Amino acid sequence: MTDEKKKDSILRQIVRDKYSLWALIILLLLYLAIFFADFLAPYSKEFSDRHRAYAPPSKIFTIDENGKLSRPYTYNYKRYFDPDEFKITYKLDRSKKFYLNFFGRGEKYKFLGFIPMDRHLVTVEPEGRLFLLGTDINGRDVFSRILFGGRISLTIGFLALFISFPLGMLYGGISGYLGGFVDNIMMRISEAIMSIPSFYLLIILAAILPANMTSIQRFALIVVILALIGWAGFSRVVRGMVLSIKNQEFVQAAEAIGASKKRIIIKHLLPQTLSYVIVAMTLSVPSYILSESGLSFLGLGIQQPDASWGNMLKEAQEYVNILYRPWLLTPGFLIFIAVLSFNLIGDTIRDILDPKSKMR
Amino acid sequence: MLNAQLFIYIIKRLIQAIPLLFLVSIISFFIIRLSPVDPLAELRINPSISQETLRAEEKRLGLDKPLIIQYGLWLKSFVKGDLGVSVTGEKVSDKLKERIPNTLLLTSVVIFLTWLVGIPLGIYAALNWKKPADRIMTILTSIGMAVPSFFFALLLLIFAVKTGWFPTGGLTCYDFSTYSPVHKILDVMHHLVLPVTVLFTLSLSGLQRQMRGNLLDVLGSDYVKFARAKGLSENKVVYKHALRNAINPMVTLLGFEFASLLSGAALTEYVFQYPGLGRLILEAVMKSDINLVMASLMMGTLMLILGNLIADILLKMVDPRVSVS
Repeated sequence: MTDEKKKDSILRQIVRDKYSLWALIILLLLYLAIFFADFLAPYSKEFSDRHRAYAPPSKIFTIDENGKLSRPYTYNYKRYFDPDEFKITYKLDRSKKFYLNFFGRGEKYKFLGFIPMDRHLVTVEPEGRLFLLGTDINGRDVFSRILFGGRISLTIGFLALFISFPLGMLYGGISGYLGGFVDNIMMRISEAIMSIPSFYLLIILAAILPANMTSIQRFALIVVILALIGWAGFSRVVRGMVLSIKNQEFVQAAEAIGASKKRIIIKHLLPQTLSYVIVAMTLSVPSYILSESGLSFLGLGIQQPDASWGNMLKEAQEYVNILYRPWLLTPGFLIFIAVLSFNLIGDTIRDILDPKSKMR
Repeated sequence: MLNAQLFIYIIKRLIQAIPLLFLVSIISFFIIRLSPVDPLAELRINPSISQETLRAEEKRLGLDKPLIIQYGLWLKSFVKGDLGVSVTGEKVSDKLKERIPNTLLLTSVVIFLTWLVGIPLGIYAALNWKKPADRIMTILTSIGMAVPSFFFALLLLIFAVKTGWFPTGGLTCYDFSTYSPVHKILDVMHHLVLPVTVLFTLSLSGLQRQMRGNLLDVLGSDYVKFARAKGLSENKVVYKHALRNAINPMVTLLGFEFASLLSGAALTEYVFQYPGLGRLILEAVMKSDINLVMASLMMGTLMLILGNLIADILLKMVDPRVSVS
């Protein structure tokens, strides 16, 4: 009861704070967008138009050439090759208009993985192309890929949390409760893991992944690797907490009635650390998002043809791309916005749970 | 007296670091060997590597023997200072000697600058708590903490290419060796500007917040209230009483900052093509250059442990309350 009250008030306090309210709204929009990605995206993440690699964002017109209001329409881009400068340029092909359709039929997809659908929020007439944020090197729609990539970038952190935190809790719990020699060895091991620069460890773990994996296997293993980085420091805090509560009466009582060590650790000690664990989990989401994007940016994380915000930025490593195709940088802004929002909410939660700290 | 104690403490910590390094080496050795790749595969392909070198490497790594013995052999040669040959045929130790100073240069410049700027900004924000200046700084630090380092580096790269004011990569110009000494220093500084800016922005935000929080905590404590009640001037209260206690915990953070800089530097070095340890390990990982990966991992760990040790020693020097034993 009191717990529920507390949770309720945390949410209410987040909503009351101007910054964290905005952060919450932005995150909700982002997660809704990736949930309905199939519907919102005009194309699937595999769709590619080989004749329009690096096409700039489509221009949408609502006023026609006679100055009258019209249904929104767009023109296709036509590719020109400049033989003097060896440059490919795109110009609007104004010969044919393509009107936009809302809730029209497009590529087929399975909503939620099993409901077959083919309606999209915006589609364009056949032969027309609607690239809201331009295309990449393979002529794939950046806007659609951002939506699908968000599915990976914004969820991978949470999935990693569900491995690293139970692992860290159990490890810290066992170490703290058993104490003595076992504790000593276990803590030395976690210390050793913490003394390896975390990013170095991350890339080495990612590099030993075999190359011939399905994308789902790879995704799962990247989650595991991310989880393996964060647990050590966390387990030390849990161990400290367990040390301070293991001599309390309720633990002695459990011991007296003959509860097994496993039961005492799992049923009596670890639940006491839960409130800290939840806060620490919320605060560590952004660092997982950043790690995944960094890893994929280097080409060691999520691989093509799958999209993630990090691996989409990989193309922006070339000067030519960042100078002439700035739309390729949009995933970077999204990572920034997501991390900023998580941080702002994290700050508020910290303020609520520790009113003495004045982070704001 | 204190110096002797401090000396003993340093020796003690160094001895403690040995089993830690040992454990790290076991963990990393087995992680790297988890992959089925033949550690010498790349060396075998490289035509410029002589058969003698290959045979010497095979013998040094003991590839035909069980994994445990392989580890023993690796450890033996590591302790002797023989780190093996990289896939390009160079000695790993030479490569490390070339790269480590560069990473140390980058990180120490960044730490120096963040302290120079971050501490005063933190103090200023704490003294103007909840006033517009503090609010603006809080917003700016939130932004600074959320920008992915590699993305920020990319944006600066665009800036460098567009304006042409800064070199877009490396540490020195191609005709560096012909420069006069003064020109050499200026050239290195010119190349450092962009990578330093990226890492500086990232660590500045954290440092400023921490300093602000510490000072706010101290300003609310009883002895500061007492000092105020005694009628001391505000300057004396802040700079003589509060500040000294607020800065001490920051020294502990130094080691932590160094650790996160080492990690953050890897991506920044990669984007700016900066010849540091982070980029070295990245390239080594991508070329599956096992000797180089293993050696640079150990060096990174060693640097981290030493960084923490230095932070602890500094703390003992500035805060007499921390006992040396």
